[in-house]
Parts: sequence; C-alpha cells; structure tokens
Amino acid sequence: MFKRFPNRAGRIRKTFARPLVTCALLVMAIVICDYQTASAAPTSKVMAIPAFARKYGLPCSACHTAWPELNNFGMVFRDNGYQLMNDRDSPIWQNPAYFPITFRITPNWHREQTGNQPVDSIPGGGPGSFLVSRNVTQAGFDLSGMDLWSAGTLFKNISFLLLPSSDPTAVWHFESAWVRIDNIKGSSWLNFKFGRFELDNLISEKRFLFLSANGGLYQVYHFNVPGSINDFGIGDNQIGLELAGHNSNSYTRYSVALLSSNEGGVNLTNSVTPGGNPSSRSFDGYMSFSQAFNAGSLGLERIQAYAYVGQRPTFYQTSTQGGVTTQLVGLGNEPFYRIGVAGELHFKNLEILPYFMHGHDSAYLAAGVPDNVPLPMGAHAPSFNGGFVEGQYFVNPQLVFFGRFEKINVGQQAFDSTPGDFGNVTAYSVGYRWYPIMFSRAGLAWHNEYSISKSVGIVPESGDGTGLPPLPFPNSQNVWSSSVFVGFDFDF
Amino acid sequence: MTLKKLAVTFALGSMALVTVGASSMFAQSHVNSPDPSLGAPSVASEESHIGNVTGHAEEGKRLYRRFCIGCHGPDGNGQGMNAQWIDPKPRDFTEATFKCRSTPTGTLPTDDDLYNAITRGFVTTNMPSWAPLTPQQRADLVAFVKTWSPRWTKGKPGAPLNIPPETPITIESILHGRELFQKLECWKCHGPEGHGDGPSAITLTDDKGNPIRPYDFSSGSRFMCGTSNQDLYRIFMTGLDGSPMPSFADVVKPAEAWDLVHFLRTLQPLKTPEADLWMTYKAAHGSDLKPIGPDAAPGGK
Repeated sequence: MFKRFPNRAGRIRKTFARPLVTCALLVMAIVICDYQTASAAPTSKVMAIPAFARKYGLPCSACHTAWPELNNFGMVFRDNGYQLMNDRDSPIWQNPAYFPITFRITPNWHREQTGNQPVDSIPGGGPGSFLVSRNVTQAGFDLSGMDLWSAGTLFKNISFLLLPSSDPTAVWHFESAWVRIDNIKGSSWLNFKFGRFELDNLISEKRFLFLSANGGLYQVYHFNVPGSINDFGIGDNQIGLELAGHNSNSYTRYSVALLSSNEGGVNLTNSVTPGGNPSSRSFDGYMSFSQAFNAGSLGLERIQAYAYVGQRPTFYQTSTQGGVTTQLVGLGNEPFYRIGVAGELHFKNLEILPYFMHGHDSAYLAAGVPDNVPLPMGAHAPSFNGGFVEGQYFVNPQLVFFGRFEKINVGQQAFDSTPGDFGNVTAYSVGYRWYPIMFSRAGLAWHNEYSISKSVGIVPESGDGTGLPPLPFPNSQNVWSSSVFVGFDFDF
Repeated sequence: MTLKKLAVTFALGSMALVTVGASSMFAQSHVNSPDPSLGAPSVASEESHIGNVTGHAEEGKRLYRRFCIGCHGPDGNGQGMNAQWIDPKPRDFTEATFKCRSTPTGTLPTDDDLYNAITRGFVTTNMPSWAPLTPQQRADLVAFVKTWSPRWTKGKPGAPLNIPPETPITIESILHGRELFQKLECWKCHGPEGHGDGPSAITLTDDKGNPIRPYDFSSGSRFMCGTSNQDLYRIFMTGLDGSPMPSFADVVKPAEAWDLVHFLRTLQPLKTPEADLWMTYKAAHGSDLKPIGPDAAPGGK
C-alpha cells in the first residue's frame, strides 16, 4: 500500500495535467472570443447574413429549435418552398443587392481514438514487424467541411436550392441541387421537386446537432451488413424527383420519390466525386407519411412512417482492351428495402426523437456475388434492426443540451458461419450547443460534444472515415471509437 | 483510464465554457440575454382566453423571445433589431393600438382578435402567419402581448361589432356601393380603380409618422385583416387604428356597408359573384358610368 500510494498520486497528477491545460487554453480562447462577441455583436451591422433570415427579418430561433434543426414553423416554411406565403416571397420584393447565400464552417479542436486497430509492432513495418492490436489516437485543431448554401425562390411558387459542399481539404461536390414547383394548382398538396435532394426524413441528419466524427452521423442512416456491396444510406441525398404535399400547418405531410439507383451519384455513377462505379438504369422508390398531433401545453407530437425500396447492381457490363477492363454500366440488379418509423415528441422544453429501421438486402448484395452465378453455400438474405433515441433539452433558444443512444443489431447474417453479433453497433453521444448571438444576420454556436461507438468486428462508421477493421481473429472483437469535439459552428 | 481522462476533459471544459459563456451572455444587450426583462409585472398573472384554451403570459414570454423579439423588440415597442429594415414598421405593443379588431375604433381588441391576427399574419407586411404554432402557443403569445401596456389592466376590450347577415349581391347593391366609394372619398387614398394610388396616397402616414400605403385592391385576395366579406365589412366599420383608415361606423348604415363590400370585391382580380355581375353590367352599360374621382358628381353613377 505504501508503495502504491505515491504511484497513484503521480498518475493522478499526470492524468489531470493535460485536461487542465486544455481547459485553460480553451477558457482563454473563449474569454477572448466572447469578449469580442459581447462588445461587438449587438451594435454592429453585419452585412453578410443568412439567406432566409435576411430576406424575412426573422431571428434564427423562429424557424429552428436550435439552429440548424427545424421547428414546426421552419418545417412549414420549407414545405411551402421556402416561402412565408405572405405575398413577399418572390425575389422581386427584395432589394437587388440581396443574394441568398449562406456560408457555414466549423473551426474546431477534436480528439479521435479508435481501439483494437491493427498496428505495426515496428513503425514502418520493417523486418520482424507484425500487426498488433493497439489504440490509435489523434488530436488537434482542425476545420470542418464547408457548405456554400444558396436557396430561396426564383419566383412566387418556384423555389430552388443549390448546395456546393466541400470536405476539409476543399474537395467540392454538389450536396444538393434542385428546383421545386410549389403549390401546383394552388394546392399545398402538390409540390414537385427535381434534382438531388435529401429524402423526407422526419429526423434530418443534415440538420441535426451533432458534429463529431463518431456522433456526426446517425449510424443506422448509413448501415449495411458487413460485406455487402450495397452502398445505400437513407441519410444520403438522392437524385431524382419527388412529389410532396402537406396541409396548411404541415401537421399532415407526405412524400413520394422516384430516384436513380445510384446513391445520389452524378455523371451516371454512384458517386458525387470522380471515380465512382457506373450506375445501372434502374430506379428506386421512397415514400413517407407523417402526422402531427397537438398535445396542448406539451407541444406538437409528430410520427412518421417511411419505406425505401431499391436495387443495386451486382456486376457490370465491361469492355476489356489491352488488358484494361472498363466498367460500362451496372447490371444484375438485386433488391433491398428499408422500412421504419420515426417520432418527434415534445414535452415542453424537452424533445425526444425516437427512430427505428428494419433493413433487408438480397443475398447477392450481401455476399457480393453477381446474380448470374449461384450463391455460395450457406448464403442468406441478411436483415438488421436499428434505431436510436435522441434527447434535446432547450434551456432557452440559445442553449441546448443533447444526447443520443443508438443500437443496430444484425438479425440475420449473410452467412451461417458469421458470428451472430458481427457488425452490431452501439453508440452514445452527449453535448451542448450555446448560441451567443441569436438574431437574423448570422448564426454562431459554441459546440461541445463527446461521442463513442462500439462496432463489433468492423470499421467504425465514423464521419471522417478513420478506423480500420480489427485483426481478423477473433473477428468479433469490439472496436471502440471515441471523439471529443469543441468548435465554433458559424454561418453568415 | 483513457475514457476517464476524456470524461474529465469534457466535463471540466463544459463547466468552464458554460460559466464563461453565461457571463458574456449577460454582458450583451438584453436582446441576447437568456432572460430579458420582458413585459410588465403583470406577466406572471396575465391570461388570454381563446375558446377553451387559456394562454399564460409566462409561457408567452418564452415564445415571444424565440419568435417575435427580432421585430417587435425586447421592450415590445416595435424597435427590434430588424425593425429598421422593415416596412411597414412592426407594431408597438406599448401603445396597445391594433389595426385588426372586431371592437370599435379606439378600444382594445378582444383576445380572439389578437389570436386571429397572430394566426393570419398580415399581407403586404413582414408579419407571417404563425398558424404553425399550436393553439396553446398562440394563446400564450396573446397573453404576453397584453403585458406591454397598462391599458390592458385599466380597461377592457370594446364590445365586438355585430355584423348583420349579408344582403343579396345585386347590381343595385354594387352600384350603391360604388356611389358610397365616391361619396365617402375612399378613392382619395385607394384610387379610382382601387389600386392604392389616390391623390392622397403619397401623403399618408401612420400614427408614428411613418409613411404608409393604402391597400391596393388589385394586389390579390387577402386584406390586412382577413379574406371574407365579413372581414372586409369589419375593416371599414371598425377602422384600422394607428393608420389613416378611419371607422365608418357612424356614417354608414349596416345595409349600406354591405353594398360597399360588394363594390370593393369588384376591384379585386378575382372571380367572385360580385365581379361576374359587375363585368356583365359594365359590358352593357359601361359608357353610362361616370368615372370615380374629383370630377364626378356625388353619387358617381
């Protein structure tokens, strides 16, 4: 005991030293930034301003529970084609200097750690080196990707959205680009959208509050059973057309979409950047229906049911010349589907977001086998169940605490030989966002988040793509991946 | 141990940032403060009653901060930070003067009047329809709006206007309404064709001295205070307090008021029974009609 005590004391000092230094630096940074914000924000006239707030003169909080998540007023505004329906929606009402553009980026500091990673026993992998299982940890100041967001009306009842988006290294792609004919024949039940857009997910991943690598995505929105060649993610923007409608206050909503079977890819490939595989000539379908109920002083309670039915190619028409094989078009389409329900439940200042998905893939997709050859012995059509429960507590329009628990279980593996829990995911996230300013000219949030996920035997589905599968044996070992994220999320 | 380190870092950082953040929030103007001193002392007790829904000012205060403060301001005087960019200017709640009422001119509106205004929004202004808010939320906002002026504690709303049943839509009714439009000099502001371009239009100001435009009947289907014939009747019988639009309750009899309603409907670019009748009549007798304006004899027919 006598010998252990000094050791423990020493470890405690060492353990606390780095966090304290980190905190001290962060506090200094915040004090400086907050001082500037506090003294400048209320009096200065900011010239560059968020697109809609500038157009209509409303504060961010009018449309957002906590920016960027929409409240019901914001949802109605969006459903109406970014129109308040107050006869000033056409751009002809705007000052000619008005330009509907918003920039968003998040300078940040983050720390990523992933366990059970295959690491060279000798850095560089020289003679005598072999792979060992280790934690991999990185930390530092960083930038998020950037959104250059433009949306609004081209004319009364003709709306648009154009969203070029980059990763942190400024590799750009078109995240969204569409035109929408609103209120066809004067009916809010008929709105026609054409282009690349987010599916009508009641719980939008594009507008949620999480930013860290592990927490900055809904795992189930991008999950496919391990080994599958299906690239579908319901959280990914898709390309096609949509017929959508709603009643006057958007309590009742529907969406039906016809989409290319290429995961929203462009240039007739399955990617928004160069290098994607050629897409097939087939189409997917998505439909959703949501209904809200007025719960008096508690607020609005909304539920949604959805279904996505799609197909993906299992092989390609090719051309081989000079020993080089070129893929021409996807063939051998095999089906998959995703169905589920979602909710948006309010209890005064507390919001609970439950979500459930059941997924099912063709055995050919799961096994990665062309559908013009027999399936391997023991291959099955896999399925999984997943979901999450997210909670948000709004202290006031400028401070929100949030947390999330996610769970995905693979119910049926593609092969009998695969361990039953292979690919299962469990994830937790907590954090808060504080908005030091809340007005119609710009948005700024101080964001602090901690997220951790456990994936069994596979690469963690972290937002930044880091992480490797664990060593192959035993292949069901857990990979824990965690993120600490602090940053300034701003748009103007 | 690694997880503990992370947790400690996160917890300490969070606490420090919340502390520092809160202090700076208080340092800012009350527009951005977490609990601005909104409303009068009656905020704790003020209520509204909309049907079977009771609104509470305390809840309304929270909602006001989220939805309304940008235009109507932290002091309720219409001096929100967006007000300088907005035309017409946001309502000054401290005066308790409201355009859209069912009550006589100069009196306070009913809770239903305020609720309907919030629900409907105001066409040709920046005030949107807040129908997406729940009935409870809108009732809460009504209760809170009533805390801005002592008039609400000292007085009561006026008695709502009794609107008699609408008279039949006939060409005689429309022609009589046209005579009233001439006789009451509506055209001086609204223009001979109802385009809001009368000779006085450019001189009009509201009670704050801000320029204000008369309603252009050719602009669409909605009025400032509603869309129906009853709404139109109510508008000119109660007036729009705070604006140059007076109440005609003392000079127009109820049956005559319906005639004026029927004529005003013909000025809108809509397919209505009034418009159909009027177009048919004008096709046959248009040359007999004297133009509306300063040179027309009283009666205008």
